[in-house]
Amino acid sequence: MNNYLVLVLGMALVTYLPRLLPLYLLSDKTIGRRFARFLSYIPYTSLSILIVRGVISADKDMLLASLGGIFLAGYLSYKTNSLILSVLSAIGLAFVIKLFV
Amino acid sequence: MDKKKFSLKETLVISLPLIIGYFPVAMAFGLLAKNTAISLKDTSLFSILVFAGASQFMALDLIGAGVSNINIIIATFLLNLRHLMMSAALSLDMKEIPKKFLPFIAFGITDESFSVISFNKDKISLPFILLVNGLSYLSWVLGTLVGYGIGEVLPLSLQASMGVGLYAMFSALLTPELTRSREVLKISLLAAAIYAAFYYGGFLSAGWDLVLAILLSSLLGLFIFKEEESHE
Repeated sequence: MNNYLVLVLGMALVTYLPRLLPLYLLSDKTIGRRFARFLSYIPYTSLSILIVRGVISADKDMLLASLGGIFLAGYLSYKTNSLILSVLSAIGLAFVIKLFV
Repeated sequence: MDKKKFSLKETLVISLPLIIGYFPVAMAFGLLAKNTAISLKDTSLFSILVFAGASQFMALDLIGAGVSNINIIIATFLLNLRHLMMSAALSLDMKEIPKKFLPFIAFGITDESFSVISFNKDKISLPFILLVNGLSYLSWVLGTLVGYGIGEVLPLSLQASMGVGLYAMFSALLTPELTRSREVLKISLLAAAIYAAFYYGGFLSAGWDLVLAILLSSLLGLFIFKEEESHE
């Protein structure tokens, strides 16, 4: 077996720095209104992109289950405002779809 | 925005989808690492020190393909550049958190914890963030160990369905916001379209497509929407 310590440490560093630097450097700065507005869009654009990525990069046999889960979770969350209920129902639906597909 | 007082029970409930979503994915990582002939110690170190799902799976893939360490590290860097954007966005909401805690908080910024925290801005407090991040981390590390140790305890179809839970969570967080604000709806659709174009265009490597799509769509929001329409 190889030793992966160097690889792990390198990966840890390049993963940690992008997580740390903006938060650390910007947290006590007064930032302009436009920049703040730009940052305030990021949660929406990121989530939308992550959802799309989940669907278009899903394995073929999980595509329908993923789509079903994503739509059901969105609908239930809109109706009930309960994150956990929405996610658990989506997992249930994905499992059922997976049984048949 | 009014801040709510920290509630342990509420935070546990909010963290539950993360815990349930991470565990089976981490198990799959542990098992796959074992099958890639990586020792238990190194496998644990991946999850303990890197704590980034997509890039850990990518690393296994590249190790299997015989790619050199430095190239795997560069690929990891690109894939995780999107966290620059998320970390910057979180800085808006962490002004009241003592700076000495930010290095710990930063370590736990993942797509999933970022989503949960950004969509629960009224609950942001030091214990809230540390608990959400800490429980996610615990689930990720323990899942890795369980996957490595006992392999497939869950039927594969259940494991895959639980993994869908993470995408379901993104959808459950975003969808109510889409119905509340036309601006959010527009910018989310725009982001989706830009990412899909990058993905199918195929001219950007994995990682760049994510970070540039987030950057470009959020920037376009500045020009599309007028100041007073602005969310928040």
